[in-house]
Amino acid sequence: MADLKTHMCGIESPNPFWLASAPPTNCGEQIMRAFDAGWGGAVWKTLGKPIVNVSSRFGALDHRGTKVVGFTNIELITDRPLETNFKEIAAVKKRYPKHAVIVSLMVETKQEWREIIARSEDAGADGLELNFGCPHGMCERGMGSSVGQEPAVLEKITSWAKEFANIPVLVKLTPNVGDILPPGLAAVAGGGDGISLINTVKSIIGVDLDNLTLLPRVGQASSNGGYCGPAVKPIALHMVAALARDRRITIPISGIGGISDWRDAAEFIALGSTSVQVCTAVMRDGYRIVEDMIDGLSGYLDRQGLSSVKELVGRAVPGFLDWGELDLNYKVVAKIDAEKCIGCNLCYIACLDGAHQCIHTAKGTCNAYHGEADHGKNPRLEVMPPVQHRQKAGVPGHVPNVDEAECIGCNLCQLVCPVPDCITMEEVTNPAGKESWNDRVAAGKV
Amino acid sequence: MAGKPNWRESLSPDRLELKLDDSKPLFSRAEALTEANRCLFCYDAPCIQACPTSIDIPGFIRKIATENLRGSAKTIFKANMLGVSCARVCPVEVLCAGACVYNDLDHQPIAIGRLQRYATEHGLAAEVQTGQKLFEPKPAIGRRVALIGAGPASLACAAYLALEGVTPVVYEKHPLPGGLNTTGVAPYKLHGEAALAEVEWLLNHGIELQTGVEFGKDITLEDLRQQFDAVFLGMGLGTDNRLNLPGSRSAGYWGATQLIAKLKGEPGFQIPSTVRHAVVIGGGNTAIDIARELAMLGVPKVTMVYRRAESDMSGYRHEMKAARIFGVRLLPNASPVSVSREKGEVCALNVTFNGSEDAVVLPCQWVVEAIGQEKQGHQLSTWLKIDAQGRVVTDSKTRQTSLAGVYAGGDCINGGKEVVNAAEDGREAAFAMLRSWGFSPSLAP
Repeated sequence: MADLKTHMCGIESPNPFWLASAPPTNCGEQIMRAFDAGWGGAVWKTLGKPIVNVSSRFGALDHRGTKVVGFTNIELITDRPLETNFKEIAAVKKRYPKHAVIVSLMVETKQEWREIIARSEDAGADGLELNFGCPHGMCERGMGSSVGQEPAVLEKITSWAKEFANIPVLVKLTPNVGDILPPGLAAVAGGGDGISLINTVKSIIGVDLDNLTLLPRVGQASSNGGYCGPAVKPIALHMVAALARDRRITIPISGIGGISDWRDAAEFIALGSTSVQVCTAVMRDGYRIVEDMIDGLSGYLDRQGLSSVKELVGRAVPGFLDWGELDLNYKVVAKIDAEKCIGCNLCYIACLDGAHQCIHTAKGTCNAYHGEADHGKNPRLEVMPPVQHRQKAGVPGHVPNVDEAECIGCNLCQLVCPVPDCITMEEVTNPAGKESWNDRVAAGKV
Repeated sequence: MAGKPNWRESLSPDRLELKLDDSKPLFSRAEALTEANRCLFCYDAPCIQACPTSIDIPGFIRKIATENLRGSAKTIFKANMLGVSCARVCPVEVLCAGACVYNDLDHQPIAIGRLQRYATEHGLAAEVQTGQKLFEPKPAIGRRVALIGAGPASLACAAYLALEGVTPVVYEKHPLPGGLNTTGVAPYKLHGEAALAEVEWLLNHGIELQTGVEFGKDITLEDLRQQFDAVFLGMGLGTDNRLNLPGSRSAGYWGATQLIAKLKGEPGFQIPSTVRHAVVIGGGNTAIDIARELAMLGVPKVTMVYRRAESDMSGYRHEMKAARIFGVRLLPNASPVSVSREKGEVCALNVTFNGSEDAVVLPCQWVVEAIGQEKQGHQLSTWLKIDAQGRVVTDSKTRQTSLAGVYAGGDCINGGKEVVNAAEDGREAAFAMLRSWGFSPSLAP
């Protein structure tokens, strides 16, 4: 069985699954239950100067009956006394010496950083995480994402922390920037030992249409919140990979953003995360989800022939290229398995209205463009009259038919098909060999 | 009849049908949302093609999912003004839900009937709440249509006509409108109150109803043709057919629709406790219905006697399966030959198997015949073309009979099908009448 033990810039944990700094890491009692459930580490709910929270605080994005595909909060850092938190940190560390306890911090002045770092170390923390990410509330006071958005400030505060700390310092970045590299490089320049990303995305989760108030509602109003959950995963994956593929980022990454299961975790690890942090999935389903995360990741590593989670770190990064490097001669076309097709026509309508009019149907009249395959070269100036196709011999009438000459291999039909493995994208051999846009530019072809 | 009597209040609270609750109750909001979100929203969907009225099923289900219930109800009613009763009585298992692509994925098909019930009932409730009608009838266009029978076919036809500004006048011989929806549909699908509520809603669009008027006696086709711009025949079927077995012409021996009408409507009607075994003759849906109703109402033993093999039955398999859950037994390949009586009371039905001479005695106290109903066409044969089965012959598209300006629909043209078929006939006839006068029906697809 693969070894899940994780070593990240001097912080050790039995597995790469850490709880992100958030409500699931509010107090010692919660974190002890989480460790009992199997979590390898926890980043304590951010400590700082006393704050006051509002009610309500959370909002969710549901989609077609699926609850919480996205989640938002306008909760601030811990609202519990620092003394209480430090006592609990000490108790947790004492009882769980092999688990990682990282303390998230957010204060303003150099003196405040000095004091809070000292107290965290006294409590026995394994590491620190500098919260430069929250895009709500604290940023209005010059902390959180307002630091993460200013690389020079980020670098400076990181260097203060490094000056005071004897334990590893992770820098947690905000995704609310145009380019994640400058803050990432600033974290390295400031001496950070690791980078955590992403924090939440600045957002408005929705509007209550009955009374036209923003959500989550505080009286008759709301404020911009921090958005997270499964729906932000692609944004987070990109930012993790953007740092992981840059040679100047020499410190390890803790990946965060919409991780709900071992598959998500494996993707983050393959794109360069050494550990992963989870919040929303636990807020929805509880600490118990980690059991499958451990089991699933371990089974996956075994199937891949990898003996440790470390061997997976960054394995997919080399495949992350600029568009100009992609092979313009690579081609796939859609193939529909007539045995599996249930005749829902979702591929047909998606291709017809949403893509390139390459799928035709004999089930009803077909409104697709039926010209010679010209891949959009000729002008289409009129709506074509509907055609009643005769189905190809041997193919049941309900099965749509892909015009392979016209198909541009976009994947859309496969993505909308409700039947597993019914539509596959088949590679078409091209004798032309590989040629990218950059190759063409270099050869003076464009 | 002037004014709008409250038929629902006229129903007795002491009716046997009230003992049988909805087998498929109204979905809760949570149930409806979960089920609606399960719909794949197929394009050119098989469920639409399987619906005789071609309701845009994925369209109305999506509107349930977005909680646009008024829009959802309108989508349904545009295609089928009897959307309320069809939601409850349609054999969705062999129509829309039977065609659902989920069947091919070995998943439970979408509960289309129950979603339709949710949308239509909430749509109508919103109409009452907001005072905003789903459909506003157009101003009168100076045309009048007479409709025979206040059952589903006529009501659908009249409703579409009324919305287009035509004045429909419906003649009904019985005191209560609704046809078989009121008197014949299985109580666990639809009670009289619900059937009459739908009728009242339909009539509110500007339909005149005259009850207690018998076609052929109080009014004639010739008179109506002279007084109206068109006539629609939606008189359904006649009384129960009879085998006329020896011993069958007195107490304890029933025609199925006659007995069902008593269960549904007759105040104080009871099944005597002496009825320990009831035998139903027939293999159609009416036979299955009455057998299941008797079993559900507490008759200890109910047996269906059918002359051929189970696979030959015209009743739906899903209905037979449901009846068996309530204890109904089926005796196939059995032909009834006579009824035995003791002191005037039924004591047995004698049957033979596979044409054998030897009769087998089935001791029982009630016998119900469910072998179809009389076709009404013959009484019209002087004027209209009637087929060999006694059905009124109509044009397959317009539902016009062999007589210009006379249209027909529902059981009198198909020999006894579903409410949804009647609704389609009524709608198509209405559209055809309008087109024949040079109007373009606004609800036509």
